Amino acid sequence: MGRLGDFFAKFNRTKITPEELVNFSELLIDADFGRSYAEQILEVAKKSDGSNLQERVIDSIIESLSKAPRNLASHPERLTTFLIAGVNGTGKTTTVAKIANKLKLSGKTVTLAACDTFRAAAVDQLTTWATRIGVPIIVGKENADPASVAFSAAEKAIENGSDVLIIDTAGRLHNKENLMQELGKIERVVSKVSPIDEKLFILDGTTGQNGIEQAKVFHEAIGISGIVVTKLDGSAGGGIALAVERDLQVPVKLFGFGEGVADISEFDPDRYLRNLFT
Amino acid sequence: MFESLSEKFQSAFATLRGRGRIGEGEISVVCDEIRNALIDSDVARTVADKFVERIQLEASANLDSIKLSTNPSQEIYSIVQRELVRILGGAGRRLKFAKNPPTIIMLAGLQGSGKTTLAGKLSNFLKESGNTPLLVAADLQRPNAVNQLSVIANGIDIPIFAPQPGNGVGDPVEVAREGVALAKAKFHNVVIIDTAGRLGVDEEMMEQIRSIRDVVKPDEILFVVDAMIGQDAIRTAQAFNQGVNFDAIVITKMDGDAKGGAALSITEETKKPILFISNGEKTSDFDYFYPERMASRILGLGDIQTLAEQAKRVVDTDTAKRLEDKFLSGQSFTLEDFLEQIQAMQKMGSMSKVLGLLPGANSASMKKQLAAIDDNELVRTKAIVQSMTPQERREPKILNGSRRVRIANGSGRTVTEVNNLVDRFDAAAKMMKQMKNGGGGLPMAPQIARPVPPKKKSRSGNPAKRAQEESR
Repeated sequence: MGRLGDFFAKFNRTKITPEELVNFSELLIDADFGRSYAEQILEVAKKSDGSNLQERVIDSIIESLSKAPRNLASHPERLTTFLIAGVNGTGKTTTVAKIANKLKLSGKTVTLAACDTFRAAAVDQLTTWATRIGVPIIVGKENADPASVAFSAAEKAIENGSDVLIIDTAGRLHNKENLMQELGKIERVVSKVSPIDEKLFILDGTTGQNGIEQAKVFHEAIGISGIVVTKLDGSAGGGIALAVERDLQVPVKLFGFGEGVADISEFDPDRYLRNLFT
Repeated sequence: MFESLSEKFQSAFATLRGRGRIGEGEISVVCDEIRNALIDSDVARTVADKFVERIQLEASANLDSIKLSTNPSQEIYSIVQRELVRILGGAGRRLKFAKNPPTIIMLAGLQGSGKTTLAGKLSNFLKESGNTPLLVAADLQRPNAVNQLSVIANGIDIPIFAPQPGNGVGDPVEVAREGVALAKAKFHNVVIIDTAGRLGVDEEMMEQIRSIRDVVKPDEILFVVDAMIGQDAIRTAQAFNQGVNFDAIVITKMDGDAKGGAALSITEETKKPILFISNGEKTSDFDYFYPERMASRILGLGDIQTLAEQAKRVVDTDTAKRLEDKFLSGQSFTLEDFLEQIQAMQKMGSMSKVLGLLPGANSASMKKQLAAIDDNELVRTKAIVQSMTPQERREPKILNGSRRVRIANGSGRTVTEVNNLVDRFDAAAKMMKQMKNGGGGLPMAPQIARPVPPKKKSRSGNPAKRAQEESR
């Protein structure tokens, strides 16, 4: 990450050479922005006379992003429902726990629905989190129909007067069509008792360019309303998150950065970029 | 996983194919495209640069023979293929067993790379080849990782050593040590140690896994990496390589459509081989990694070798011989044979996976069709055939209306579906007859392999020659 910072530090006091520009686009590629995004950003840098380059680059990246609000949906008058989806191993279950904890600390009552009935012991994993945080959880048996678990969870959440229901789902690779249809089914079934206000796509921050394809397919299947990028505490640049946001015009709302339940925060592209560029 | 990469390679070569004469200029154009394709496929930039540089050098050195060749793009293609195989690990490697059992295998990798699932698959794979693995649950970090491994172990009937509940409780070094001791005492010949996921930059966690390593002294340390990882693959691999000095690599989630450049980056950077790949939700979706085959797949040449091997593994020689004899002796193909074929097909795995091994399966149009294949179709077909009496299976001609209604009820399908099946079977049987007169193809899939029309005899204009021809 520091290398992009070095680049700007040098840049703001010397004249830009073509080699330096190539070098800059390569640093963006190394941060998983992808070739086409890097080229677009490079165009901005090329036009610059060298003054305030970092500001111009940041502005142009933010310009390319979604204009939708980055805060999570909230409907104080009724149950607000979140659906969590993504490919295997991106950190969905951990993210559910983190969001639940965050909401609880802000004074909301939260119910969890453990609909990952596929992965061995995934339900137990979320149950452990629920106990730690102190929120009710509705579970299904292993191999139960996730849609039916989600449905009864929504009924329970309304019954116990929860502010928010968070539905965890099984990880699925986006090229498995029947699994993607299952996700659509969960949405349809739950909508009968409560509209789904937030469909969050969990994107692993270490993912490469495949992240774009993943997000596209999930977007087609359920129409995602926000992205949560996880594992930003590693050495990965996480540029894929912005590349996905730029492509789908769906905002990154939160980012996760550790194993602790409090390690989640609102995503601010300006801050993220400044961090990346220093 | 390498699908998009192969698509892009194919388009790079398509530009080359259009040109008759090839010089340095053309080679450098293709090399640029290959570089772009590699970067779009998440191959680390530095690795892509080195790869392309070598292709360029090699091609320039052989420019004369490439120019003289009748098919210059094929020549460059071969250079790329050789280079791919070389990076991916040449001849491929197999698991190294310890001289004095137990063989100790330790898994390491990032969070969410699929270590726990892999521990189950690997133990099952080893058990099937006659080993007696013991699983050791030393991921005491992630909530319920221990529980997950226990559920997996019970499902495939593999013994597990899980003395600590995990969730942050217990000492993984101690668990690993005791696990190995237990394996020795109980004469397990392999021990597989699942460890907690950790970031490459987390020195404290790296220290922990190093302590496990130093205590149990594994014979194989496997670095588990997700096929979808991006440019960070190279840094992570370096960190783990410096951290625990792993012996080989396992790539997981290969059944996704990730471009999988990580495989190239990591092998090139660490010079460590890829040992296994994991490519599906089922325990059996796991195999050794074959560099040659993977290079062919990247280049869109299909993986006929794997297909043939799978077929050999599931169709026992007796059945094959009996069907072949029957076929050659001119006996008619019955629904009973059809049923046997369906069962053999099912054993080979899902239809989409089997057909995905064919050349051209990576093209966009084919991929769409593969995604739409419904494997339950085979199950339904099987149900219909199984609802027939043996006589009906042998002589489908006797299937009148009321029999068809009975079969539909018995199999829970509609009469239309029964009718369709009988029609399809008739077409297949007809094709079998045609095939006997030459040609080939899959008798079961008339819609895929079109029947080859019998070759028209050439008729010579010379009466003497024609007479000779006709007398043959």
